[in-house]
Amino acid sequence: MTWTIPAAALSAALLAGVAFAPSAFAQAGAPTDPQIAHIAYTAGQIDVEAGEQALAKTRNSEVKSFAQEMVRDHQAVNDKALALVKKLGVTPEDNPTSQSLSTAAKAKRAELAKLDGAAFDKAYVANEVAYHKTVNGALSGTLIPDARNGELKALLQTGLKLFTEHQMHAEHLAGELK
Amino acid sequence: MERPFGVAAVAAAALVLTGAAAPAEANVRIITVSGLAFAPPPERLKVGDAVMWVNLDLFEHTATARNGEFDVDLKPGAKVKVVLKQAGTIDYYCRFHPGMTGKLVVVGR
Repeated sequence: MTWTIPAAALSAALLAGVAFAPSAFAQAGAPTDPQIAHIAYTAGQIDVEAGEQALAKTRNSEVKSFAQEMVRDHQAVNDKALALVKKLGVTPEDNPTSQSLSTAAKAKRAELAKLDGAAFDKAYVANEVAYHKTVNGALSGTLIPDARNGELKALLQTGLKLFTEHQMHAEHLAGELK
Repeated sequence: MERPFGVAAVAAAALVLTGAAAPAEANVRIITVSGLAFAPPPERLKVGDAVMWVNLDLFEHTATARNGEFDVDLKPGAKVKVVLKQAGTIDYYCRFHPGMTGKLVVVGR
C-alpha cells in the first residue's frame, strides 16, 4: 500500500477531469492541452527516473532488463512529445496534477532507496505495476478524452498502449519474483 | 496446399520466361512493426522462405519464437531477416511488450 499516493493524486485528477469533461472546450477543471502535455511528460519522466534508480541498485538480470526497457521506451515517447509540442508551438504548463505526481514520486524514490537486494526488486516491480495501472486509468479516463489536438491525442494513445504493455510485463515479472 | 500450387506454377513460369532475378536466395516476406503491433503474418510461407521484420516503431522490440527457433532484436529502424528452416506453426512475441504476438504458418516445399 506504499504506492497509494501517486494513485490518489492521479485519481483526483481523473475525477476532476471527468466531472467537467463532456463538452470540455475551455471548461474550468478540465486540463488544457499544455497541461495534459506536461502531465504526460512528467508521468514518463518519473518512470525513467525510477528505472535509473533500479539500474543503480538491482543485481537481478530480469529486473535490470525491465528497468532498461522502461528508461528506453519512456524516453522515446518523451522525446517525441517534446518534438510535438515544439512543432505545435505549445509550452507545457505546470499544474497541480504534475506537482503531486512529482512529490509522490520523490517520496517513493526515498522509500525505495532504503531497500536492497530482493526486497528492493519486489518493491520496485510492485510499484511499477501500480504506477502503470494508475497512469493507464488517467490516460484513458481524462487525458486522452480531454486532449483537443489530434496529434497530441494520438501520442497519448501510443502512450496508453505502451503503459499497458509495461503493466503486463511488470505483472509477469512480479509473479516471477514471488 | 492445393491453392498455392497454381500461384507457384505461374510464378515459376514467369521466372523462367523473364530469366531475370531467379532467386539465389529465398522469397523474402516483410512483416512491419508499428504502433506496438506486428503486422498480420504473410500467407503461404514455405520452408526456405525468409521473413524480414522491419521495425517502424518508436520503440525497440524483439521477435521471439516460443519454440526457440529465432529470437531477433529489433531496434527502431532495424530490418532483420530470418530464414524459415522447418515446417510448422511458430508463435512468436516481443519479450519487452508481451501483448505483441504473431504467428507464422510454414509449409514444406
